[in-house]
Amino acid sequence: MTTDTNIIRLKNVCKSYGSFAVLSDCSVTVARGDVVVICGPSGSGKSTLIKTINGLEGISSGEIQVDGVPVHDSHSDLRALRSRVGMVFQHFELFPHLSVLDNLTLAQVHVKGRSEQDAVTRAEALLARVGLSDHRDKYPAALSGGQQQRVAIARALAMDPVVMLFDEPTSALDPEMVGEVLEVMMKLAQEGMTMLCVTHEMGFARRVADRVLFMDGGRIVEDCSSDAFFGDPSQRSPRAREFLDKVLGH
Amino acid sequence: MSFDFSFFTSQMLQDYLLRGLLFSLQLTVVATLGGIVLGTLLALMRLSGNRLLSLPAAMYVNVMRSVPLVMVLLWFFLLVPFILGRSTGAELSAVVTFIAFEAAFFCEIMRSGIQGIPKAQMQAGSALGLDTWQNLRFIILPQAFRNMTPVLLTQVIILFQDTSLVYAIGAYDLLKGFEVAGKNFGRPVEAYVAAALTYFVICFALSSLVRYFQQRISFQR
Repeated sequence: MTTDTNIIRLKNVCKSYGSFAVLSDCSVTVARGDVVVICGPSGSGKSTLIKTINGLEGISSGEIQVDGVPVHDSHSDLRALRSRVGMVFQHFELFPHLSVLDNLTLAQVHVKGRSEQDAVTRAEALLARVGLSDHRDKYPAALSGGQQQRVAIARALAMDPVVMLFDEPTSALDPEMVGEVLEVMMKLAQEGMTMLCVTHEMGFARRVADRVLFMDGGRIVEDCSSDAFFGDPSQRSPRAREFLDKVLGH
Repeated sequence: MSFDFSFFTSQMLQDYLLRGLLFSLQLTVVATLGGIVLGTLLALMRLSGNRLLSLPAAMYVNVMRSVPLVMVLLWFFLLVPFILGRSTGAELSAVVTFIAFEAAFFCEIMRSGIQGIPKAQMQAGSALGLDTWQNLRFIILPQAFRNMTPVLLTQVIILFQDTSLVYAIGAYDLLKGFEVAGKNFGRPVEAYVAAALTYFVICFALSSLVRYFQQRISFQR
């Protein structure tokens, strides 16, 4: 743990497959309590960038520090770090052979070492928070997409994360289910959770995010406050303007 | 010529068949359990990405799958006394051979089962802080086993039928029981007809079980 106000620091992060650069020279810092939205066209490296933060994707060069832990260092205890960095996936990735409750308690018991009873208490509190208490004994397949994603958020929160990473949390959802997931995320942001969120939901970015990163071709092209990003388009790079025109629609 | 099944008395079943049936079933169960454990290990070795592990496992599996079971049975039965200096007996020899042989087939079943689980499931486990072993134990293997249940059971049926091959090394199994009874009562044809019926009933019951599991699994997806 550090007293550093920046909980995440990426310095000159590069990642390439052969000659193809997925990430080039990405540097960014995120302060505690910040809500940062990462947007950009598909294939721009957004998901890869967010997955380097908990070491799910390795990097070719550069430095990544998360809560004082050097993620790029092969001697770091990534397991311990990951248990403090919550991650929400595009396709939920709930464990289909486990009930909702077991999805929430598994890692609490086997990674955090909580007693079964403590884990269940914590899980039930979180299920109540995302409005799914009635579904605790169901299996993921019996839930709608929106419900599954809310369970996935609760599963990540059960580990008491210091940061939450969201990788396109609403893009696999039917339109009418996007709202319920965004609502949970907004509440989380209001409670002061540090969040990094890859999303195309510009409404969410505008209302909730403190900062917006715009990526293109593996580079962070823009890094500014969301007010600035959505404010004066003349200040934006041509690529970001083009993207904004497309996603905001007319 | 007419069939005469009158020699099928409960005494005869007890004297000739019970022992054989028990051995065939025992062999099936032990070879299944042993084969699944060993086969899963082999599958993990093949998928480990470490050539020191994956190459020997791949070689073992490919050799076992390319050789007729009868030959492996005979080799093992004839070679072990040569190596150990004493005979292990046909029954024990059969058990060891079947585990070793079936492991190769269960390995390939488990390998495709494990590969069928989306990579993101493992990522989700890792993201929660689970280590590789916990990921396998809690996330990957339970799903792989469940998906593979119909194929595993089908392999068990084949395995049960294959147990009759132990005749080659003189072990006393179900078929042998029928054979000996047929000889002693002078009714070999009836004995073999009854043997065929017995194998049919057991295997048919097992394949009905497979169909049941298949339906249950397809219902869940």
